Amino acid sequence: MSYTFYPGCSLHSTGVEYGASTRAVFRHLGLELNELPDWNCCGASSAHALSHALALTLPARNLALAQAAGHDLVIPCAACFSRTKSVDHVLRTDLRARAEIETAVGFRFTGEIAIRPVLAVLDEDYGSRRIAAQVKRPLNGLKVVTYYGCLLVRPPDVAQFDDPDDPHVMAELLRAVGADVKPWSYATECCGGSLSLSRSDIVYGLVGRLVERAREAGAQALVTACPLCQVNLEMRQTGDRKMPAFYFTELLGLAFGLPEAQKWWGKHLIDPRPVLRSAGLLL
Amino acid sequence: MADSLTSEVNRLSGESVELCYHCHKCAAGCPVVNAMDYGPDRVLRMVTLDQRDQVLRSRDIWLCAGCYTCATRCPNDIDIAAVMDALRHMAVAADCPAGESDAALFHRLFLRVVQVWGRSHEAALLGLFKLLSRVPLRDDVGAGIGLFVRGKVPILPERSRAAAEVRRIFQRSR
Repeated sequence: MSYTFYPGCSLHSTGVEYGASTRAVFRHLGLELNELPDWNCCGASSAHALSHALALTLPARNLALAQAAGHDLVIPCAACFSRTKSVDHVLRTDLRARAEIETAVGFRFTGEIAIRPVLAVLDEDYGSRRIAAQVKRPLNGLKVVTYYGCLLVRPPDVAQFDDPDDPHVMAELLRAVGADVKPWSYATECCGGSLSLSRSDIVYGLVGRLVERAREAGAQALVTACPLCQVNLEMRQTGDRKMPAFYFTELLGLAFGLPEAQKWWGKHLIDPRPVLRSAGLLL
Repeated sequence: MADSLTSEVNRLSGESVELCYHCHKCAAGCPVVNAMDYGPDRVLRMVTLDQRDQVLRSRDIWLCAGCYTCATRCPNDIDIAAVMDALRHMAVAADCPAGESDAALFHRLFLRVVQVWGRSHEAALLGLFKLLSRVPLRDDVGAGIGLFVRGKVPILPERSRAAAEVRRIFQRSR
């Protein structure tokens, strides 16, 4: 299977370990990822905060490039996924807007490729049963909660992924590699990422509450599928007892016994090695 | 006669704000409602009451984190996050002072960086934001250094063919 990969800005900066672990896991599973050449920023929350037109045209250029490449477009960042998928949604459902977008970007939309999160590709195209068959070091004893944040599942008619109220895909993949995934009710509560710099006072409160609830659920770590959530969760914790936030791809790579996994832990703002060590998962 | 605020917001957002019957599900689920002056359902009511100035100058429209919890839960299917987007666009078009100046500044700087390089460039964005915002300079220095020593904030922006094409898209997307 071949896919086009849109890393987005974060995977070239604050989320490098998400990019590295995603590529390593796909390589290991024999899934081909080709980075979209000359991709641009999707505009993230800033474009749709300030300009309706840019919120559509910036992701549409990437969509046009991906359409030309001819494979499904895999997007690891929840915000990039949401922005690109909502343009895809507009292009499919609003003929007048579609004509305007096509003119501004200079392409003709065919609708032949799908915009998909990494989680969806691993779940639907590979499957948790085959993932389980790849495990060399089961993550037994590692107690985690899954954290989706907002934009992987909302708004549901755009995202069209998993259950927006009670998502389960990430938990299934992590259980397949042996992790002890604890139930909790905060998987889709917002961490306030878009206000992280301008109103950190609010965001410390949101992140603090998420970590407190994760601890109550019995977790040692959060697991995310979004680079904006991940950096926000690790940057906006206070106090002595900090809880690391893994990317789910890092934990898959660890369970597959990939040697490069050792390079990812040092990239975290909150060192996850003590947690891994306590679960007997560090050599 | 000028358009009522309701019809203007409905046209821009594609929503029907008058369908709101104030069940408060949006306000109950909003992660930032405690920091808002009014909260999402009262903003909708103020729109239908044509309280243009109060709404466009409110901090609420800039505090909205765009999480779509309200839009997902609204029993009348009002995409309140899209309404907040429309109100921000109107506030910008009307040159209204933003009720949360730093939130608006961050978005403006972010787009400016993207306009120049085609991609985000964290070092430039963070540096400009620190200089121009009201957030104290010493805040987040530790986190910034933490990211830098982990090789996560490249000093130089990435160069790609995207930059020139993105500038054209900016010109055509006014």
